[in-house]
Amino acid sequence: MRPTFWNEIAANKRLSLFYCVLMALLLTGVGMAGGYLWDPMIWPFTGAIAFVIGVVAAIYASTAGGGAILSIAGAREATHEENQVYVNVAHEMSIAAGVPLPKLYIIDEASPNAFATGTKPENGVICVTTGLLDQLDRNELQGVVAHEMAHIRNYDIRLMTTLALTVGIIILMRDLFIRGRLHTGRRKEGNGVVMVIAIVFILLAPVFAMLLRMAVSRNREYLADASAVQFTRYPEGLANALQKIAVADDTLVDTANAGTAPMYIVDPLRAHNLEHEKVGLFSTHPATHDRIRRLRAMGAQVGGDEAFDIPMQTENRT
Amino acid sequence: MMLFVILGIVVVLTVIGIGIYNGLVASRQQVENAWAQIDVQLKRRYDLIPNLVETVKGYMNFEQETLQKVIEARSAAMSATGPAAKGAAEGQLTQALGGIFALAEAYPDLKSNTNMQQLQEELSTTENKIAYSRQFYNDSVMNYNVKTEQFPSSIFAGMFNFKKKELFELADPVQREAVKVDFSTR
Repeated sequence: MRPTFWNEIAANKRLSLFYCVLMALLLTGVGMAGGYLWDPMIWPFTGAIAFVIGVVAAIYASTAGGGAILSIAGAREATHEENQVYVNVAHEMSIAAGVPLPKLYIIDEASPNAFATGTKPENGVICVTTGLLDQLDRNELQGVVAHEMAHIRNYDIRLMTTLALTVGIIILMRDLFIRGRLHTGRRKEGNGVVMVIAIVFILLAPVFAMLLRMAVSRNREYLADASAVQFTRYPEGLANALQKIAVADDTLVDTANAGTAPMYIVDPLRAHNLEHEKVGLFSTHPATHDRIRRLRAMGAQVGGDEAFDIPMQTENRT
Repeated sequence: MMLFVILGIVVVLTVIGIGIYNGLVASRQQVENAWAQIDVQLKRRYDLIPNLVETVKGYMNFEQETLQKVIEARSAAMSATGPAAKGAAEGQLTQALGGIFALAEAYPDLKSNTNMQQLQEELSTTENKIAYSRQFYNDSVMNYNVKTEQFPSSIFAGMFNFKKKELFELADPVQREAVKVDFSTR
């Protein structure tokens, strides 16, 4: 019997793939609908062009440099002398994940949080706040670093950049087709019903695209949590860390913005309330209490498998 | 027409076959890299032990036996070869090291020594790195072994002689219990 984190990882990956296929269909559909409005004959071509633009966006996202970290003022590189535990824990997790050790940074920020960036494991970056280092113990810090390492290993930064670009493209196409339709006047008329459906579809598409993007963002958080359990084999560490972070006095990170928010361990732009957390369709992160519940459920399964007989973390640390 | 269909099928099958073969090679490569990583961490632990012995010597005058055990376990582990033998010897070394840290609890001066605290963190992170590189090795072996057994990659595994790999396990589960020592530096 495999521990449930393997199942959880597989299920989340399947769901991600499903959402991404939907997003590709949406993009192609907008291309087709827009083409139909323009000229009822050209919709297959505009659909294909939209799809190709999406592929180009995905390729662009995988080559764009990890410049995000440079924009964060005051981030300094962690050293083994000053931050022995942080650096050690990160090294342990890079071994567990089978990726090169990312560049490790610290920002002076009282709110406990952490994020990762980098389009591929070779240029990965993990950044934690001083508040996080101050408030978490070794196991909890390890859980958080494992979660960030998972974002890097799972190529989440690349995926979220691609989806953000796709949403932008869909909005641009809406403006282009709808305004183009209004200003250039009528050219060739297609079927009236199909025209109405096409217009409604184009107008609604950006909202659906945004919903999909956020659904993937939440899905990748669950995936990163499950991957973190795969690395640490100790779900309690991350669960306790999330608990502490969620009830911290200060949960707003000044240097975060909407673009970088999905990469943080918990949403850096909202004040948290563990008991009555509001998570809607536009949230970047799932409810923290739900993440903790899933982690603890995985915890019940981790110990029981003979193939994974590493000494449990509880035995040599407190 | 028929010829093109057959040609098409052959091309598709060849591409799939190459993909499966490359997948097997990549998995085997990962297993070998993972094993190398374990070795790196084990060597690091051997290097740290003389340091530890030097630091505690002055404090633990009466515990020569414990120190001697660590030194012996170290040289035994260094000369062991192969996953099974290595696993057993490393288990002994972990147990012996646990003995030192258990005893260190009784020496407040030693416990508060900064050098000792840093050494303790270094040794415990090295223990973790060994455990995690072993975990990664075992996960990679499991992934590779599944591929050698599962259809359709099993056909290629048989054809090109991809042999199943051995897991790296601690020989005796009781040894794992022995590591129940407070390594925390906080």
